[in-house]
Amino acid sequence: MLEVEKINTYYDTSHVLQNVSLKVAAGQSVALLGRNGAGKTTTLRSIMGLTPAKTGSINFEGKQIRGMQPYEIAKSGVSYMPDDLRVFVDLTCEENLEIARRVCKRSGHWTREKVEELFPVLADRRKQKGLSFSGGEKKMLSLGRALMMNPSLVLLDEPSEGLAPLVVRKLIETIGEIRRRGLTLLLADQNLKFCRQVCEYGYILEKGTVVHEGSMEAIWANDEVVKRYLAV
Amino acid sequence: MMESLVHVCLAGISAGMFIWLVASGLTLIFGVLRVLNFAHGSFYMLGAYLCYTCLKFLGIDFWLGVIVGPLAVCVVGYVMERYLLRQVYDLELPYQLLLTFAVVLIADELVKIIWGAGSIGSPTVPGLAGSVQIVGRNFPVYNIFIMVIGPLVALALWALLEKSWWGRIIRAAASDREMAAAIGVRVPSLYTGVFVFGAWLSALGGALAVPYVGLLTTGMGEAVIINAFVVVVIGGLGSLKGAFLGALFIGLLNSFGTRFIPALDMFLTFILMGVVLLWRPQGFFAGVDR
Ligand SMILES: Nc1ncnc2c1ncn2[C@@H]1O[C@H](COP(=O)(O)OP(=O)(O)OP(=O)(O)O)[C@@H](O)[C@H]1O
Ligand SMILES: [Mg+2]
Repeated sequence: MLEVEKINTYYDTSHVLQNVSLKVAAGQSVALLGRNGAGKTTTLRSIMGLTPAKTGSINFEGKQIRGMQPYEIAKSGVSYMPDDLRVFVDLTCEENLEIARRVCKRSGHWTREKVEELFPVLADRRKQKGLSFSGGEKKMLSLGRALMMNPSLVLLDEPSEGLAPLVVRKLIETIGEIRRRGLTLLLADQNLKFCRQVCEYGYILEKGTVVHEGSMEAIWANDEVVKRYLAV
Repeated sequence: MMESLVHVCLAGISAGMFIWLVASGLTLIFGVLRVLNFAHGSFYMLGAYLCYTCLKFLGIDFWLGVIVGPLAVCVVGYVMERYLLRQVYDLELPYQLLLTFAVVLIADELVKIIWGAGSIGSPTVPGLAGSVQIVGRNFPVYNIFIMVIGPLVALALWALLEKSWWGRIIRAAASDREMAAAIGVRVPSLYTGVFVFGAWLSALGGALAVPYVGLLTTGMGEAVIINAFVVVVIGGLGSLKGAFLGALFIGLLNSFGTRFIPALDMFLTFILMGVVLLWRPQGFFAGVDR
């Protein structure tokens, strides 16, 4: 469903992603692993068109999306949850969700009711502005907003970061629920244990290149790889 | 004395309403596009001249002129955003200021070429001509009309931004342009829309000012943009509430200044801006809000 081939992305003159290639099959959940600054966020942002890749190809459902505007990529079915929880602070919780559905104009399983079922706290805070939300609530709202676009592929940046272990467990269940609805996931996270529970395949990035890939179980079992690329 | 004070207030409020119409678009455009549009006063001037032309030369009704003039200015705004401003969004502020200032000069010269250099007299409005007695003095009916229109526009803008989805999208894009794009907002088109809308507001002010100012001059755009800039800075860049209150305040200040210390003229306004900026550099209401 998603095929990234040899993309190169720059921030001004610094060459951040170097020939990154990866594949995500429909219905699959794939992890991007790697230490701080490895290029995980940049990879997701390149796919979304927010920091466009200069060269290479990004094929999504048979369509070349490299070079397309972010709004076109969003409308073709990719949604993005940023790591810095950027909910629209001036809109209420309800508006944050609805705006995504209205703007993106894709129909499907996800409605506000369904999202609120998944995250009951969003129903409790329906009329409150995004500004007043806690970090965890913003995360749920941000994920809920991504779902409201009824995408076929969701890019999640650091979904487990900063969450208490109990909340992480809840998130794992939620992601399972989302996947049962047929969504494909590509997520960047440093938490190997978490990734092992929600993903079947993983890519390890270092200094902007893919240095290793394999099933999550194989990565988990490979002490040498873990020590070399992931241990802090 | 009492009568005189009441009338100075009334004059200040009605003058403030024109500043408000210009400042509202200016602050909205800044809040969303992050561009300070020097040429916003030119839209006001063009709105006035085009409305005037409609009724003088095409012989159509003033009210039709108020509709047609600002719509014509929308076309100017569209061209300016699409073909000029779009080139400088990513450049530093001085480039934007230079470009919009160039538009001011071009607009002034064009108006001089088309309508001639001198001022042209403006007509009175059928239906709203004449005046009424307020505390023993005459007050133009048209100014009362303006004092009603100003708050109505404010109310409409508030409703648009708070209650419509277009307004919510504008607020979302103003607070986080990139995430707005990531949920599917066509940001460049939204920018064009907001710019054209802001131009329309300013031109509406200009068209409505035709019977009020009595004389049309090429300098009218600059006069109003200076006040509107001060208003927007005092009120907080991007804040409509700030712009409305600021416009009222500047209108009143100018009115009292002219009446009691005419020698100071604009000086008072700038002193006020300086004081506010020292005291609250972000203005009284920061951010696009209600
Ligand atoms: N806006 C930017 N301008 C310049 N360089 C940047 C920018 N953002 C990131 N970088 C650089 O690009 C590289 C990759 O960063 P990226 O954020 O993609 O890493 P990451 O794997 O997501 O790290 P983290 O785990 O900290 O989120 C880093 O070296 C970083 O310093
Ligand atoms: Mg990151």
